[in-house]
Amino acid sequence: MSILVIAEHDGKLLKPGTTNTVTAAVKIGGDITVLVAGHQCADAAQVAAKIAGVGKVLLADSPLYAGGAAENLTALLQTIAGQYTHILASATGYGKNFMPRLSALLDVQQISDISAVVSADTFVRPIYAGNAMATVQSADKIKVITVRATGFDAAAEGGSATVENLAAGPDTGLATFNGQELSKSDRPELTAARIIVSGGRGMGSGENFKLLEALADKLGAAVGASRAAVDSGYVPNDYQVGQTGKIVAPELYIAVGISGAIQHLAGMKDSKVIIAINKDPEAPIFAVADYWLVEDLFKAVPELTQQI
Amino acid sequence: MKVLVTVKRVIDPYVKVRVKSDGTGVETANVKMAMNPFCEIAVEQAVRMKEAGIVSEIVAVSIGTLQSQETLRTAMAMGADRGILVEVAGEVQPLAVAKLVKAIVDKEQPKLVIMGKQAIDDDSNQAGQMTAALLGWPQAAFTSAITVNGDTADVTREIDGGLEKLTIKLPAVVTTDLRLNEPRYVTLPNIMKAKKKPLEVLKPEALGVDVVPRLKTIKVEEPAKRSAGVKVADVQELVAKLKNEARVI
Ligand SMILES: Cc1cc2nc3c(=O)[nH]c(=O)nc-3n(C[C@H](O)[C@H](O)[C@H](O)COP(=O)(O)OP(=O)(O)OC[C@H]3O[C@@H](n4cnc5c(N)ncnc54)[C@H](O)[C@@H]3O)c2cc1C
Ligand SMILES: Nc1ncnc2c1ncn2[C@@H]1O[C@H](COP(=O)(O)O)[C@@H](O)[C@H]1O
Repeated sequence: MSILVIAEHDGKLLKPGTTNTVTAAVKIGGDITVLVAGHQCADAAQVAAKIAGVGKVLLADSPLYAGGAAENLTALLQTIAGQYTHILASATGYGKNFMPRLSALLDVQQISDISAVVSADTFVRPIYAGNAMATVQSADKIKVITVRATGFDAAAEGGSATVENLAAGPDTGLATFNGQELSKSDRPELTAARIIVSGGRGMGSGENFKLLEALADKLGAAVGASRAAVDSGYVPNDYQVGQTGKIVAPELYIAVGISGAIQHLAGMKDSKVIIAINKDPEAPIFAVADYWLVEDLFKAVPELTQQI
Repeated sequence: MKVLVTVKRVIDPYVKVRVKSDGTGVETANVKMAMNPFCEIAVEQAVRMKEAGIVSEIVAVSIGTLQSQETLRTAMAMGADRGILVEVAGEVQPLAVAKLVKAIVDKEQPKLVIMGKQAIDDDSNQAGQMTAALLGWPQAAFTSAITVNGDTADVTREIDGGLEKLTIKLPAVVTTDLRLNEPRYVTLPNIMKAKKKPLEVLKPEALGVDVVPRLKTIKVEEPAKRSAGVKVADVQELVAKLKNEARVI
């Protein structure tokens, strides 16, 4: 078996899901190559070379791969895909964008968002917002797979893979990258945080999220949100946790003023410990919470910040 | 320009889904169905572009059983001009969906295809990107804004760290994210009008597409349940539990 893992990175460091994806590759078993494609990303390739279990790193460094545009990246991948039995990437916004495009170019039915490896051709994936788990088997010649990071531990350091340059592929000229507007924050990334404090519509305003930020800062936590909080403009879209936002499973998830719709639960119910603070004693979020407090958040959150 | 939108009939997002006891799938008998929410956003976008004078015709496409005609009627009540149903009885996986949509695009020659980012039943998040690949067109997945300027479109995509801006050449495939728009409600007069709009029914064979699933479902199970939690009386008790029992802070 020969497995290609496509790294997600910011040029310098790898994004959290990548090492979990390597762990999924290890479970499949075989030679593991990591591709780092981007612009000015040699540092990230060096980081990838140190992941335990990785045999080789391919570095495709070209302005063609700046940003997350799928067209040129998949054109490059198409030229090397035939060498692999499995191609894996994280089921993040990055991987979800280009992997299906690659899959169709290879005439392969992608397996999305796997949370467990049963064997080299059989995988478990959540469907219906995680209300059901499907075990699926692929007969395709190349398995194209996106990996749900919360299903796999992060791979350790300790590797010493060789880094080889991979010449850039064609420029399809289909899309022009005009830049990114990234949310600035000193807090940990949602998908990497050990603790997450999330707010919902109950927060009432973006201004009130300061209460959660104060708590988050005391805990070294990331701040997340429900869709309602994002749609209401309290916080940016990249805060959204859920079926159609980010999937997280921190050690501690604190849900504040969030009712607990299935679409929200889909993104956080695998957290180790869940706390819910809601003034409604019937809120469905309590069904998944380990500890729940029925109280007004404007009273409870400042108290909590003070007492920990 | 002509726009093609895809609409999938799925279990209503607010229904509690139940796994069948024989492990073959989820219960669909007597379950409320609805248009996939991301497809509603796709239709709404096309209708707004038509209202703005950018779009001349909207063709809605659905793949599924004859009951998917209802979903097409809803799309037409929202403002789509006509519907095409590709009638298939069983499961149609995203690669086959993309092949069918491509075959219809080849016939219809739209300048823009708008699809949902994800079907909320299979949660695959694939068909749009696959359709773009098969057509050799650019893609803008997870868009929250789109402006058409002649032969190109400026799009804003929702990415994990924030937003990304692209200019794509048309024709292209766009997939919708939640913030693109808020779909309108259909009104009774528009439902009546939609009944008179043309709806064509095709078979996959007529489009030359093999829809046999590539992925075999071995079993479908309930997810692991969380054990019941405890209610705490106040913040003090909560902090004590976190420190002494859960030991997470
Ligand atoms: C296709 C689709 C995809 C979706 N994807 C997602 C997703 O990815 N993520 C997601 O989160 N949602 C998603 N949703 C939306 C989801 O269905 C819910 O609408 C949403 O999660 C509700 O957010 P909320 O809990 O913040 O708001 P609400 O349901 O309005 O709940 C607010 C809660 O705050 C409590 N509250 C109010 N004031 C206070 C106070 N002062 N003190 C304490 N408690 C208070 C209330 O009791 C209530 O329980 C999706 C929906 C659809 C249809
Ligand atoms: N059976 C179908 N009929 C119509 N459109 C579909 C169908 N399946 C998928 N789509 C479209 O493709 C998008 C992505 O679906 P998926 O890749 O299954 O998550 C959906 O939001 C729909 O717009």
